[in-house]
Amino acid sequence: MDGFWQVLGEAAGLILAWDSDLIEIVGLSLRVTLTAVAISCVIGLPLGAAVGAFRFPGRTAAIVVLNSLMGLPPVVVGLMAYLMLSAAGPLGPLQLLYTPAAMIIAQTILVTPLIAALSRQVVEDCYREYAEQFDSLGVGPLDRAAALLWDARYSLLTVALAGFGRAVAEVGAVIIVGGNINHVTRVMTTTIALETSKGNLELALALGVVLLALAVAVNGAVMALRASAVRMAYA
Amino acid sequence: MPEAAFDMAAPAPPMTADAPALLSARGLCFDAGGKRLVDGIDIDIRPGRRTVVMGANGAGKSLLLRLLHGLIRPTAGEVLWQGRPLDRDGRLGQAMVFQRPVLLRRSVLANLRFALAVRGLPGPERRAREAEAMERSRLGDLANRPARVLSGGEQQRLAVVRALACRPRVLFLDEPTASLDPGSTHAIERLVADAHESGVAIVLVTHDTGQARRLGDDLVFLHGGRVVEAGHAANLLDAPRSEAARAWLQGRLYLESPSPEA
Repeated sequence: MDGFWQVLGEAAGLILAWDSDLIEIVGLSLRVTLTAVAISCVIGLPLGAAVGAFRFPGRTAAIVVLNSLMGLPPVVVGLMAYLMLSAAGPLGPLQLLYTPAAMIIAQTILVTPLIAALSRQVVEDCYREYAEQFDSLGVGPLDRAAALLWDARYSLLTVALAGFGRAVAEVGAVIIVGGNINHVTRVMTTTIALETSKGNLELALALGVVLLALAVAVNGAVMALRASAVRMAYA
Repeated sequence: MPEAAFDMAAPAPPMTADAPALLSARGLCFDAGGKRLVDGIDIDIRPGRRTVVMGANGAGKSLLLRLLHGLIRPTAGEVLWQGRPLDRDGRLGQAMVFQRPVLLRRSVLANLRFALAVRGLPGPERRAREAEAMERSRLGDLANRPARVLSGGEQQRLAVVRALACRPRVLFLDEPTASLDPGSTHAIERLVADAHESGVAIVLVTHDTGQARRLGDDLVFLHGGRVVEAGHAANLLDAPRSEAARAWLQGRLYLESPSPEA
């Protein structure tokens, strides 16, 4: 048990000393994941709104596919992205493999279905309330989708934060396409995996603490958003 | 098809009773779950007239309103708007206020703006109508408040002025004051009366006979999805001819199936 407390103390020391390796790794993690989540929102939110608010042939199948893709195993996503980005793959000429861009692509593939599926549910619930009023006012399809996205904005922010949580914590996808190269593609989760296997537990645990703190911060943000939405009767 | 054919203006009330119908329904039927809920209704709504629709719960009042507004498709029969089948463009000449106001998760003013913006009104015209509606509703102080934190009466007032800001020729109201206090009810009734004075035809579903007298020119009484009696509102309320209307006005439960002849 002494060993554990000693490691924890050294990990705290790394965080408090603002260790440059630690900062670099956390910074890259945030850059990759925030970019991936932003791209996922640009694709996933309109997709979710369209499936949630419109009736079209194959809609049920689309919902089943979206919901299934929500649970995509990160390593499978990593493998698919690897095949696309590797020299022989369709995106090979871009030479993105083992770069942060490759990690962003992999995480985008991972998170977009989650955001689309959750926002579909959110938008559909909102639409159930608005549908007759929209019909009555003669609201066109584009205005409908835009209005639903705007009116569900608080719930959709929660959806985006859920996407962030999934992306920042996954290791399987980024380690395959990123390669965990020191100072290039090393993010929190891949570093934890590597350093633990090397027995370098201080850095691993320090990053673990940062990841946990991020999880707490994200959940705190969700709660605060919910509270303010409820106060304004926007929830 | 049962004949419940009634010309709304049969007793020849004054004013625009002879004008061609703005909105007509012919042989309107609506089925759901294997049941006929609206059964062969013929009705004419004339410009500027106020028509009250009454009847017990389940008589088909709300369904009739939704059919006339084109929110649901009739199983049989048709709705004519100015002589032509009702379509989306026709619906833009109508507006509806629901029993529970449906307000967007935005400010009071943004709710008005949305309704006007989706019609593609140019900026200056839109702002003028917004200002007029804010004044009419006396919600000016609350313009930037989230609409959904307003009181029930204020919310319904906003829903009514939002509907009227679209300048409809017909305004449908589905029990708009069912859960409101007398003060709020009065405010809604005044808005409706003002709209009528400016020439808007009113179709109002209500359970309140006092409101029917205050706001109604014509009255249609429904039972079992059919029109069992129609005529001048005051006359019908004073001397109902059909058993269903008589029973309802006396507060009795009327359980017999409707007869084809009122």
